Amino acid sequence: MTGDAVLVDARGLVCPAPVIALARAARALPEGSRLLVLATDPAAAVDVPAWARMRGHTVAGAATTKQDDGELLELTVVLGPAPGPGARPAGVS
Amino acid sequence: MTTHRVVLDAGGQAPLLPAAREAFLAALDEGWADPRRLHSEGRRARALLDGAREAIAAAVGARTEEVDLAPSHTAALQTAVSTVALGRRRVGADVVVSAVERAAVLHAADFAAARGGGSRVTVGVDRTGRVDDEAFAAAVTAPGVALAALQHANGEVGTLQPVEAAHAAARAAGVPLLVDAGASLGHVAVGGAWDVLAANPADWGSPAGIGVLVTRAGVRRSPDRPSDEDRWFPGGVAVPAALAAAVGLEAALADRDAADAERRALVGRLRERVPQDVPDVDVAGPDGPRLPHVLTFSLLYVDGEAIVTALDEAGFAVGSGSACTSSTLEPSHVLAAMGVLTHGNVRIALARGTSAEDVERFADTLPPLVGRIRAALGATNL
Repeated sequence: MTGDAVLVDARGLVCPAPVIALARAARALPEGSRLLVLATDPAAAVDVPAWARMRGHTVAGAATTKQDDGELLELTVVLGPAPGPGARPAGVS
Repeated sequence: MTTHRVVLDAGGQAPLLPAAREAFLAALDEGWADPRRLHSEGRRARALLDGAREAIAAAVGARTEEVDLAPSHTAALQTAVSTVALGRRRVGADVVVSAVERAAVLHAADFAAARGGGSRVTVGVDRTGRVDDEAFAAAVTAPGVALAALQHANGEVGTLQPVEAAHAAARAAGVPLLVDAGASLGHVAVGGAWDVLAANPADWGSPAGIGVLVTRAGVRRSPDRPSDEDRWFPGGVAVPAALAAAVGLEAALADRDAADAERRALVGRLRERVPQDVPDVDVAGPDGPRLPHVLTFSLLYVDGEAIVTALDEAGFAVGSGSACTSSTLEPSHVLAAMGVLTHGNVRIALARGTSAEDVERFADTLPPLVGRIRAALGATNL
């Protein structure tokens, strides 16, 4: 499942850097692409799904593994049809 | 630094109401003595303290003897959870809470539940921050629940909670409901759907150093500390803070409806302008039933500390629930429970008397600051 996913290694980065790294990686990819995000920042567990919702993407999987110095988050994102940045209002949650 | 400061961070500690400030200063002269003493000076302090309790009781629809004054809102919440759980230990040790209660309630629930061999039962919220009332009712109806806690409104995002439905369910189950009105009292009508009520004088513009806890007669609670003349809050409270709390509450309630209309209109204006003028904003909280003065939004690809600092330099004081703004790595548990973006978070609570000009100026100031921060992070065209 992770074999064909684009890896976004955001381990050690703190908010908002993991989401920026993810958005950069997603920019050039077509609809349906899968990205695997690795992050150690606890905020990423909320912010990656929130970004996906704001951008029309889907979170296909999320897992957390305990590590010595915290937790490792693994999130799989599937890209939706790209409207381009800022093209859609983020809207009211 | 600009000399004209605009405080948009009035939640938890509002700028002092003039009446509260005057009462505090007057009580330093009139009520400096120990209210436990029997001499004239002590009795004068005691009279001020009793008067404060009486006025607060009248304001929340309670009897004076049901009102206890605490050294802080946190102490009031912790004591409420701990003493009621202890008083009902024969029934059970579980404590039901919503996921968006204040940290003091969540921590007290963990503490009290663990002490009695029970669990904290946490009921989730929807995207607007509103607790699932059916799930909450089911949780309080389960066997072994010592107490339930549901805030009247969330102070971070402004969402009003379904306290009446929760209270009806709790009452049917014979479980006391603690309602944290720390973000509500003084701003919106709090009503009577509670068995234990906590409120925060600092939030309505009285000086800090005091909390309010109201416990309906018939709610069973046991002290969890060594005995003291002041049974629930050993050592008592400062008389000036108590008097200022009561006088401030009367002032806040006297102009509550006018302040509601004014601040609701200003928040509505920001709610409209911010997403219009700034791309990629996640606005948190409902459009519907909410506090009149609170608005929270998160800016995609923005560091929370950077935007708070930039706004501060431009003369605006705002709060934030982003992890990047504090020493803790954990973002606001409220935003997380709602599934709202936690970084780049800006939390606004309008003080009474905030001018329309200042709000418009804030809305004018924000977009270029956000643009600058995004550019510095290389987060453009994402």
